[in-house]
Amino acid sequence: MSNILSLTTFLPILGVLLLLFIPKESKGVLRNVTLAVTVVTFLVSLLIISGFQTNAEFQFVENRPWIAAGPFIMHYNIGIDGISLWLVILTTFIMPISVLSTYTAVEEKVKEYMICLLLLETGMLGAFISLDLFLFYIFWEVMLIPMYFMIGIWGGKNKIYAAVKFFIYTMVGSLLMLVALVFLYFKGIQAGITDFSLLHFFSLKLDMATQIWLFLAFAFAFAIKVPMFPLHTWLPDAHTEAPTAGSVILAAVLLKMGTYGYVRFAMPLFPDAAHKFAPLIATLAVIGIIYAALVAMVQEDVKKLVAYSSVAHLGFVMLGVFAFNVEGITGGMLQMLNHGVSTGALFLIVGFIYERRHTRLITDFGGLSKQMPIFATVFMIVTFSSVGLPGTNGFVGEFLILIGAFESELRWWTVVATSGVILSAVYMLWVFQRVMFGELDNPKNQKLTDLNAREIAIMVPIIILIFVMGLYPKPIIDKMDPAIKKLVAQVRPASFAVRSAPAAIPAAPVALPAGHSEAQMPVGQPGAAPMPAGHSEAPPAAPTAKTH
Amino acid sequence: MDMILIPVVNMTPILPEIFLSVLAMVLLLINVFSPSGKKSRLAYISFVGIVATAVLVGAGWGCHIESFSGSVVLDNFATFFKMIFLVSAALAVLISDQYMEREGCNHGELYPMILFTVVGMMLMASGTDLMTIFLGLEVMSVSLYVLAGFNRANRKSNEAGLKYFLLGAFSTGFLLYGMALIYGATGTTRIYKIAGILGQMTLPSSNIMLVAGMLLMLTGFLFKIAAAPFHMWTPDVYEGAPTPMTAFMSAGPKAAGFAAALRILLVAMPTLQIEWSQLLWIIAVLTMTVGNITALRQDNIKRMLAYSSIAHAGYCLVGFAAGNSTGTAGILFYMLSYAFMNIGAFAIVILLAKKGETNGDVKDFAGLGFKHPVLAVAMTVFLFSLAGMPPTAGFVGKFYLFSGAIQKGYIWLAIIGVLNSAASVYYYLRVTVYMYMKDSTEEFDWVQVTGPVALALIIAVAGSLIPGIVPSFILQFAQNAVRLI
Repeated sequence: MSNILSLTTFLPILGVLLLLFIPKESKGVLRNVTLAVTVVTFLVSLLIISGFQTNAEFQFVENRPWIAAGPFIMHYNIGIDGISLWLVILTTFIMPISVLSTYTAVEEKVKEYMICLLLLETGMLGAFISLDLFLFYIFWEVMLIPMYFMIGIWGGKNKIYAAVKFFIYTMVGSLLMLVALVFLYFKGIQAGITDFSLLHFFSLKLDMATQIWLFLAFAFAFAIKVPMFPLHTWLPDAHTEAPTAGSVILAAVLLKMGTYGYVRFAMPLFPDAAHKFAPLIATLAVIGIIYAALVAMVQEDVKKLVAYSSVAHLGFVMLGVFAFNVEGITGGMLQMLNHGVSTGALFLIVGFIYERRHTRLITDFGGLSKQMPIFATVFMIVTFSSVGLPGTNGFVGEFLILIGAFESELRWWTVVATSGVILSAVYMLWVFQRVMFGELDNPKNQKLTDLNAREIAIMVPIIILIFVMGLYPKPIIDKMDPAIKKLVAQVRPASFAVRSAPAAIPAAPVALPAGHSEAQMPVGQPGAAPMPAGHSEAPPAAPTAKTH
Repeated sequence: MDMILIPVVNMTPILPEIFLSVLAMVLLLINVFSPSGKKSRLAYISFVGIVATAVLVGAGWGCHIESFSGSVVLDNFATFFKMIFLVSAALAVLISDQYMEREGCNHGELYPMILFTVVGMMLMASGTDLMTIFLGLEVMSVSLYVLAGFNRANRKSNEAGLKYFLLGAFSTGFLLYGMALIYGATGTTRIYKIAGILGQMTLPSSNIMLVAGMLLMLTGFLFKIAAAPFHMWTPDVYEGAPTPMTAFMSAGPKAAGFAAALRILLVAMPTLQIEWSQLLWIIAVLTMTVGNITALRQDNIKRMLAYSSIAHAGYCLVGFAAGNSTGTAGILFYMLSYAFMNIGAFAIVILLAKKGETNGDVKDFAGLGFKHPVLAVAMTVFLFSLAGMPPTAGFVGKFYLFSGAIQKGYIWLAIIGVLNSAASVYYYLRVTVYMYMKDSTEEFDWVQVTGPVALALIIAVAGSLIPGIVPSFILQFAQNAVRLI
């Protein structure tokens, strides 16, 4: 039991070793073995839930020495808390589904494809469980390689462009983060920290200027991954070109790396800078929500539409997370899971009709509901979930995010973001209407067959989850609650000062660009500046606590 | 002049050099008596000899023996570098036979020349006297000129040899002139004595003769490691030289240049560190950028690897400019990893090429990924390692190099370094794009993996991958090696 996290993470690698001995001609065996490996991994990961204690501590911790040379000491240090728990489960849950979805979609180079899938799973799980910054970075980068090959080898027409763009975009961000990571480490050494353990760095007090630069480097890397406007341009390309399983994993798990990165690293490590940049990030998130929704509305390709809807949804997640309160972050975390489930499902649905018709253009469809009633039902449920209809999972997350953000300093951003909820209903329902309703006049569509047993088997667990998470999310929220409360406490200090000085808030976005270019200048007073103008309740020690 | 009176010379520090020199001469003799077409045996003997030398060198780990009245030393720094030279020589020998046979220039002199090059490089790493270092450098360079022009029926190879010789001789002039000026300023050529004299100077940076000497000497070394703006010879020489020799030249001699320059600057001139460190800062940026930008435009893989080797020297210069133990240990680790990954990549290029070195463009790799999956995976490992992706040795090496710069406070240097690294990803990825994502009807039926090449590939893959996953072992050796100089 004590090694269960390692077991979960590296089971897929064992699967890869197994696959190497299976001849590449026996595609059926390859598929089934991969499916079995991912299912076993999922089952093992369920043991994690049952053994998980509802508290704020990191659990299932393993800590072994790994590298020690020169000034650096790295550990194989892993563990999960309520925040990472569900992302791990989401990953292991999505994998068997993705594998099942490839049974007929991928006919060529099956062996290599399955190896990529399994390597990817290890990479993603590793990133979620790492408690050592260096280890996290390794997994974060390793993830890129199988995804790059999946897009590039099994992708659509522009696969090479999309794959290379995906790789280089992410790489640039991560490399800058690496520099920040090393810089942070040397700062830590000065303060007596001797290894890369994340928990040690949580107690590190950094001055504002350092925080700003480090936060920017981390935030940039994560923003590319989320992706946030205006760094999102790789995403529609990658999604459109990727094979179905690739899109599903990309949407369901890989994008969460970005938001998870903020929650786990960027915010608690650099809380003051995170607060300082909250208005900027919220602005970008809101622009992302509105812009992506508008762009999604005019897409002709269903898959591109879903891709843009991802950008909008993750905008909501970012907004919730940067509300810095329990509701907002809980909503953000839930929405990460919801987005994983429902957008993953949407990509599967797009995959189903693409396999049948080899087109994804909305205009090629119409009236499918008559021909494919089961498909229509499934699509409808998933659409509702994506739109956030009450009763489905999407609602809970979005609602909590909006409440949380509205109660925070981001009130006006929230007001604008709310229109995104309506816009998402517009584009999703509109595409549903155009594809499913109307006349079934295209002869090719008249020959379409409904979902087969395998496809239904793929969708059933997702639909169950949609309703469970929509009607009774309590077990999920309960498990993550202590960790989120702890996080909120970690990022609190400076937010006190800001909250007690409402007058300073509207000026914040204006002041930001200046702070950006002359980070040295406002260093001394960021927390202190609003204080004289603010109210006297603000505890004077709070804002300065982190500045030494 | 007490040194003349020392009656017994301790030969221990140069035992590997002696062994290799004798072996090389024996090989020359064997060559005379082996009929043409049966030169493979020379390759086998050289390989075994190199492995034996490696054992000999490894046995000296942890020793610190000065000899020849302080002009040669056996220390961990020298031992580590000697291992790098031996690794690159061993891999080069393994991949040479098949290539030379195909190109019709399998002359037996090749292997002795490689061994002589190694002897020269070893002297450069263990020399603690400017004269010893110079002698080592000359032994190495003269052998390399021959190796570059070894395919004497090929005009490009001739050009490479001649060009390398002319420019190399020119740069040696700089080096020697610099050494002369330093001798003039300090009155000695012993590195440790120079250090002592500079340590007593109140303001060494105001001594024009000394600074000029340092700059000229540095120029000579920068030429050897192909740093910009002294890199102009590299592309032509690397392209014209027989591919196994290109692989060898880009790994071994470059490391030797670093070994000598590191020892001289770190041991003899720490008091001038502000000066040389700033200079190396600029040169590192120039070298990385020039190397990467030009490599981006290459369609021929051999040329691409040649230009990118300039960039890799630039990464090492980042660690050099930092000058601290993190950065310099990074150089040692990186040069070792680079020997594995770069020679490995060249080995694949050799396998895919046809006679006359045709079929070496990126597009000729199209479809390799599914026709020869093992070769393609090996190439992918090398490319990702060269690009600095985890979990490869290339990543750990770069991590230490750039960390050295960050530790020193050269944040911008590290940032320019990682951005360069990101740019390099593009051209390395391009090869994987062709291997895996472009279809081709090519069957690659001429590709034959002979035993020695397969062995070289296995060693190279292991050397590029294992230190990336469990780097501690080698990193500690590297740290140990730089601590003592």
